[in-house]
Amino acid sequence: MVQDPRLPEKLSWETFSTGLWKENPVFVMLLGLCPVLAVTNTAMNSLAMGLATTFVLLCSGVLVSLLRKVIPKQVRIASYIIIIATFVTITDYAIKAISLDLYKALGAFIQLIVVNCVILGRAEAYASKNPVVNAFVNALGMGLGFTFALLCLGVVREVLGSGSLFGFDLFGPAFQPWVVFVLPPGGFFVLAFWLFIFSVFRKRKERAQSNKEEVANAA
Amino acid sequence: MSENSTVPQPAMPSSANLIIVLVMIAMMSGFLVVLTDQLTADRIAANEQAALERAIFTVLPEATQSRSYILSAEGLSLLAEGEKISNDKQAVYAGYDDEGNITGLAMVAAARGYQDVVKTLYGYSLETECVTGFTVLLSTETPGLGDKISSDSDFQANFDCLEAKLNADGSAVANPIQTVKNGTKTDPWQIDAISGATVTSTAVGNGLEESTVRMLPLLAKHKSSLQMTLTD
Repeated sequence: MVQDPRLPEKLSWETFSTGLWKENPVFVMLLGLCPVLAVTNTAMNSLAMGLATTFVLLCSGVLVSLLRKVIPKQVRIASYIIIIATFVTITDYAIKAISLDLYKALGAFIQLIVVNCVILGRAEAYASKNPVVNAFVNALGMGLGFTFALLCLGVVREVLGSGSLFGFDLFGPAFQPWVVFVLPPGGFFVLAFWLFIFSVFRKRKERAQSNKEEVANAA
Repeated sequence: MSENSTVPQPAMPSSANLIIVLVMIAMMSGFLVVLTDQLTADRIAANEQAALERAIFTVLPEATQSRSYILSAEGLSLLAEGEKISNDKQAVYAGYDDEGNITGLAMVAAARGYQDVVKTLYGYSLETECVTGFTVLLSTETPGLGDKISSDSDFQANFDCLEAKLNADGSAVANPIQTVKNGTKTDPWQIDAISGATVTSTAVGNGLEESTVRMLPLLAKHKSSLQMTLTD
């Protein structure tokens, strides 16, 4: 888990954007990999899981931040887990009440959110040390970053593994899908591929950054 | 806990303090969950009822109206308007066309799948004595694998006429429905499982077998109570 040694920071664009790229929960922090591998066999499932997780992240982040001065650190993990599980249960009821069709489509995912390390990780590393508004904004960034990561995997796996995108058949009946991509090994392959790509981008950016600094220092 | 001793440590909260905080959070959690349950109970029940009604017309496509019956060892009795069914394993939904003639029956089947119970509503034809199709009512099977039971066209083809005939004296189903491995179907009462989703396919088969074996002989016995034509 990323340790945040900084004191409670001022609210800035960084607070939101860090979850999207620099500290992307999946590709950088490697958190929540269990649902990432399990539910990304279609793009629709990825999107739904991402949004549901974002909702729980927001609610639990806000509540943990509100209670941060009250919860003693010896029982913090137990408290965070109770809070997270409560919101996952509420999400479950809410979706069942909104639309049974949507509930059937998401089905088993909702309960999976409880085991998602991103939520507990952010509660511990950020929400417990920062004021409510910061916690909300950061959770929003993290949730969207998580959804983006899920979609990266989901789109690739569905197109290659089922020949469709969001349920729309892309290549017609003659296409022989690469079935391994919708099975667990395929999930690992696609995740490895994306981790590699992101790593290359980051290294390049770091190199460009340090080159710029060198030039600035030399001048 | 591992900091050096020159840094002043905050006082360790007493056990009572820790317990109180945990109890308060647990109470708040319990309160929120129960509140949500109460607030959504009616909506959820209404959604489930609407989904069931839609399901009836999905498995009985020629029907435009339906009546609900309860079938038990004592007999088949028609439910009044608005009366709720307490045990849906005993429910028999009869579909009628515009003229009021019966087109088929729909019943509930349930069996344990990979994750949890798989509940389906299946259509049954009185003339051909076969299961004519099914729709999923409740399932939390593996997304992308087990949930293929609704979409896989080869699997659905099993139900064009899945035989569930009674034996000569009508006391039991002659050949109980069974699920077989993908590609090994030889008889009309067998279901060809989906490759990669055998457990869920078997759950569908088991549910149908349990329901047909229990309900069809009783139905034959009390057939006289079934309204073949609507009179009102």
